Amino acid sequence: MRYKYLTAAFAATVALNFAGPAAATDLEVTHWWTSGGEAAAVAELAKAFDATGNHWVDGAIAGSGGTARPIMISRITGGDPMGATQFNHGRQAEELVQAGLMRDLTDIATKDKWTEVVRPKSLLDSCTIDGKIYCVPVNIHSWQWLWLSNEAFQKAGLPVPKDWNEFVADAPALEKAGIIPLAVGGQPWQASGAFDVLMAAIGGTDTFLKVYKDKDATFAAGPEIAKVFKAADDARKMAKNTNVQDWNQATNLVITGKAAGQIMGDWAQGEFQVAGKTAGKDYTCLPGLGLNEVIATGGDAFYFPLLKDEEKAKAQVVLAETLLDPKTQVAFNLKKGSLPVRGDVDLNTANDCMKKGLAILAKGAVMPWTDQLLSQDTQKQKEDLFSEFFAKPDMSLEEAQKRFAGIIGSAD
Amino acid sequence: MSSSQRPNQLFRNLNAKVASIPMILTALVVFVGGTAWTVLYSFTNSKLLPRLTFVGLDQYHRLWATPRWLVSIENLLIYGVISLVFSLVIGFILAALLDQKIRFEDTFRTIFLYPFALSFIVTGLVWQWLLNPDFGIQRVVRDLGWTSFSFDPLYNSSIVIYGISIAALWQGTGLVMCLMLAGLRGIDEDIWKAARVDGIPMWKTYLFIVIPMMRPVFITTLVIIAAGIVKVYDLVVAQTSGGPGIASEVPAKYVYDYMFFAQNLGQGFAASTMMLLSVVIVIVPWAYLEFGGRKRG
Repeated sequence: MRYKYLTAAFAATVALNFAGPAAATDLEVTHWWTSGGEAAAVAELAKAFDATGNHWVDGAIAGSGGTARPIMISRITGGDPMGATQFNHGRQAEELVQAGLMRDLTDIATKDKWTEVVRPKSLLDSCTIDGKIYCVPVNIHSWQWLWLSNEAFQKAGLPVPKDWNEFVADAPALEKAGIIPLAVGGQPWQASGAFDVLMAAIGGTDTFLKVYKDKDATFAAGPEIAKVFKAADDARKMAKNTNVQDWNQATNLVITGKAAGQIMGDWAQGEFQVAGKTAGKDYTCLPGLGLNEVIATGGDAFYFPLLKDEEKAKAQVVLAETLLDPKTQVAFNLKKGSLPVRGDVDLNTANDCMKKGLAILAKGAVMPWTDQLLSQDTQKQKEDLFSEFFAKPDMSLEEAQKRFAGIIGSAD
Repeated sequence: MSSSQRPNQLFRNLNAKVASIPMILTALVVFVGGTAWTVLYSFTNSKLLPRLTFVGLDQYHRLWATPRWLVSIENLLIYGVISLVFSLVIGFILAALLDQKIRFEDTFRTIFLYPFALSFIVTGLVWQWLLNPDFGIQRVVRDLGWTSFSFDPLYNSSIVIYGISIAALWQGTGLVMCLMLAGLRGIDEDIWKAARVDGIPMWKTYLFIVIPMMRPVFITTLVIIAAGIVKVYDLVVAQTSGGPGIASEVPAKYVYDYMFFAQNLGQGFAASTMMLLSVVIVIVPWAYLEFGGRKRG
């Protein structure tokens, strides 16, 4: 008798277990969006996905992409894949795709006509490997912004500069007023990114492509790039008193007026927003450092590892569609401070800086970024070089350029 | 006894042998197997995923041409010498002082050993704050009136590795002290009495009688410290993340960064093989002298 009850109870729990996932599928999504503005933005994605009757299990990994990517990759290669994961679209997940660990999204893409809605087209190209689409771009992030604190310039009694050259000229006066002219955090990617921005702004788009796309080592050792190193030397001198590590701490120096400016991608905007600052009034942004108004179409994308569980595979499709949904795109990108990947969404509520970005995008002044052009290996070598360069005032420009040309020569 | 009844050598102490099978397997598969695999793949051009396309010594050529690796090696040498010398000297002096039958010995022992209970990450963070010019020691001294006082080792490329060594010493000396104290307590009281009768001063007794008698303790300590030196990683990550620039990089961090951040397994494996090689170069002659010599003698 007792046995019978037991079986019944057991059967009931089993039935419940089966019933559970059918109603709402849990899908774990890993990403490295953990700063204030980023967390607010990712919450929008979670909200939209939960509204479809599924459940977003948040797998945030703190410590920016450099820390998060190895963890994500080892989970995928180690046989414990998550439902979906963020990468910067481009070459970061290239080998995972080639090893057949990622899900081919071409069917969904053709069904939903991604090629028509996603703009600029180069975004989808970065998701495409051997003619198949493997990722969903969610935003456009461009590195080439100079963020300036209006308050800091006011304190030093200067007008807010209109481009990089004016900014450099203002540096001595800023220092006299006890303000750090340029905030560059200690994380290696910040120094390396700032250099790339300088190259795109001072050398121009063609120079940038010649170095990073064609990997022309002789050109990288030449006089055109020497000019860029000269500018990097200015930046190094202006940044010498920054004693912070993380990018958002450096941004915070600009927000509080302790530093006058920062070269950082448009993700910094989320921080200004969280701090309650208004673009144009409290801070100024100069795309392309005010010299070369082109924006790079780097950004974030979601990749979907190949899963055996059919329920989860279905939920992946739902998530992919949700991410590109116009409503999600607007909600997410407004919080994140990035540009949406579709041109047909309404962004009236966008602020001053985002509108500048949208205008440049509408003009079609776009270029690829290093995430798309260089392998992680080359990126890391560049980071090592530039973090040393920025931290070591006595490293000569000639030596730095020689080593840079060497890296470009062996780049892949 | 006929020879047929003599138990087979293989089955002697069967229980003990069965019990040690898991450890033997671990040692063979994980340590030896893993090492062999790593060395093999260090000759390939493996990127994110291991693949067997051999490129000869290319990875090693690149490794030794990389400034960051050279800086790492130099840092490891400086850090190694400092931690070895100072933790042995300070540890021994502390132990000798505690051995003078002082009051509250237990309390002092606890205080000195306490840092060892903290992980390197916590140690690193604590010292990062202490050495931060805006919050730590420099600030305190300046607030006391010495406004030109400057002490910011973690933000100065040329001395950052010493700043890291300070934290390592603070954490590690307590353990060395305890090992030394145990060694000192193992010295027969009669030796001290004999030395006193002969009128030998105390420092001489320590230097020429007690220390040579403590040889086994010193060797144990040496191995423990040396192992800690080669694998140093977390302390650097917590204190400076290798900065400023690449001034405080260490080999273990190079291996990790290139294997995972740069997605270049081949390069990471080559670096870790070099680390293994350096350990082997130090350990093998020593082990030969230590164990090989004794058997013959």
